[in-house]
Amino acid sequence: MEFSQIATIAGKEFWDRIRNRWVLAVALVFTAFALSIAYFGAAQQGTVGFRSIEVTIASLVSLVIYLIPLIALLLGFDAIVGERERGSLDLLLSMPITRGELLLGKYLGLAGALAFSTIAGFGLVGIVLSAQLDLNALFHYFGFMLSSVLLGCAFLSLAVMLSVFASDRTRASGMAIAMWFFFVLVFDLLLLGVLVVTAGQWGGEALPYMLLLNPADVFRILNIFSLEDVRTLYGLSTVFPPSLARPWLLGLVMLAWIAAPLAIASWRFRR
Amino acid sequence: MADISPAPTEAGNPVIFARGVHKHYGAIHAVDGVDLDIRAGELFGLIGHNGAGKSTMFKMMLGLIPLTAGEIRIDGASVVGGDFRAVRRKVGYLPENIVLYDNLNGLETLQFFARLKGVSSADNPRLLERVGLAHAAKRRVREYSKGMRQRLGFAQALLGRPRILFLDEPTTGLDPEAIRGFYAILRELRDEGVTMVITSHILAEIQERVDRLSIMAAGKVQATGTVQALRERMNLPLRFELQLAPGAFDTVRATLADLPVSAIEARDGGLALRCGREAKMKVLAALSSLGDLVRDLTVREPSLEDVFFGFSD
Repeated sequence: MEFSQIATIAGKEFWDRIRNRWVLAVALVFTAFALSIAYFGAAQQGTVGFRSIEVTIASLVSLVIYLIPLIALLLGFDAIVGERERGSLDLLLSMPITRGELLLGKYLGLAGALAFSTIAGFGLVGIVLSAQLDLNALFHYFGFMLSSVLLGCAFLSLAVMLSVFASDRTRASGMAIAMWFFFVLVFDLLLLGVLVVTAGQWGGEALPYMLLLNPADVFRILNIFSLEDVRTLYGLSTVFPPSLARPWLLGLVMLAWIAAPLAIASWRFRR
Repeated sequence: MADISPAPTEAGNPVIFARGVHKHYGAIHAVDGVDLDIRAGELFGLIGHNGAGKSTMFKMMLGLIPLTAGEIRIDGASVVGGDFRAVRRKVGYLPENIVLYDNLNGLETLQFFARLKGVSSADNPRLLERVGLAHAAKRRVREYSKGMRQRLGFAQALLGRPRILFLDEPTTGLDPEAIRGFYAILRELRDEGVTMVITSHILAEIQERVDRLSIMAAGKVQATGTVQALRERMNLPLRFELQLAPGAFDTVRATLADLPVSAIEARDGGLALRCGREAKMKVLAALSSLGDLVRDLTVREPSLEDVFFGFSD
């Protein structure tokens, strides 16, 4: 594996997103949402203004869990199938580059763009809020940003995998949307459904482990369990074994969610 | 396959070597047992109908798709496996209907591919000049015409001074002047010893320019050789076109009656006929014995198109 080849592809993907203002647009969306939530998140309760970092992060988590998977899937779904459909893939592959290097370069470039806009967008808000935050709160906010980047990277990895398997862009976009529905909307309902239908006979013990099968849930747990005040707001804490609720362990699960789809994509692309 | 080209010269060891190459997609045999020997410094044509297997053969020679069976070696090395990077640095490729990146300008495009090839970008402005794009170096590819994209694709193929060039329908979208300029560059490259494989469906364009060619049909090489050797092998009739003095038609026709000629037809002020290559000198002798009755004479060789249809049908 030649690093320079990966860097060339990654550099092009990254600068393409900078030049076409994709990074700027996404960062602005994140900034706007984060600011609105921080200052107007409690408007329903009749107050405005920044309340606490815990409540802000909890609200941001509920938003980001929908938004980032969607953005990541839209960013990556045509990474390979797009090149193939436009007809530029053969020329790329005629260069002294392996398919694995091309795939990894594409992924890293796109992940760089997504991470950059996430950190820039939420980081800006962090700076604005920093005057009102103590060190502990800043640490939690940083953890939220990091887990958001990981969430994006996991769904981007799934998107790149789709882009290798799909035969054309239209199908790839359909599969991306279906994947978003499944992980973000359907998965939790399905788990709950199984629990209710079997009256808790089946799945109760396994439930916390089942949640690890969804990177969006891993993200949610990561953020909720790092916040003492918020933990009690969610019923999850009563079923979630403390042995699993370790940030580094959940972080590793997230890394597995990044590595596994990429590995499958690479295997498929080489065939 | 019939290889009727002259015996390889000492200087002409095969740079591109293919033996028993097959590519099957299920029941479809896109390439069905192809042998090729393309020598150093040769401008080699690969012609055939759409679906004859040319592009598939190209992709296999570049290592883009695996072979079902057989062997391909480029400059003595396999295009897949451990040597593939070294081989690909020696090779330039211009795909059919090249697609480049709309958001990059001409120079950036070359820079991107130069990096992938691991060669310096210092020569890029000169390359753009060579293909006639110096004026558009800083313009985005989005604004390029089809012909300009094709020229930029050609510049891309020349990055790093490759020893071997694969050009798939390279003159698509070029105007006649650009086509002439393109072949002028190919001649310069041939003088530098670059080996080139070119496909084209414009047979008239290729026939005067390639050293040798293979005719492909139904996944097989039907014949390989110089255009002249293929003509002789097909033994297609030559066409004579005569300009006659007024009132000479019947006399000339009577003279030709005993000769092995066919398809005599009157044309305004003249006559056209066909005859086999072996009878050419006899016919010429008979016609020159007629003196002033024949005012002018043109002998046309069968075109590559005639040869092509002879082999591929």
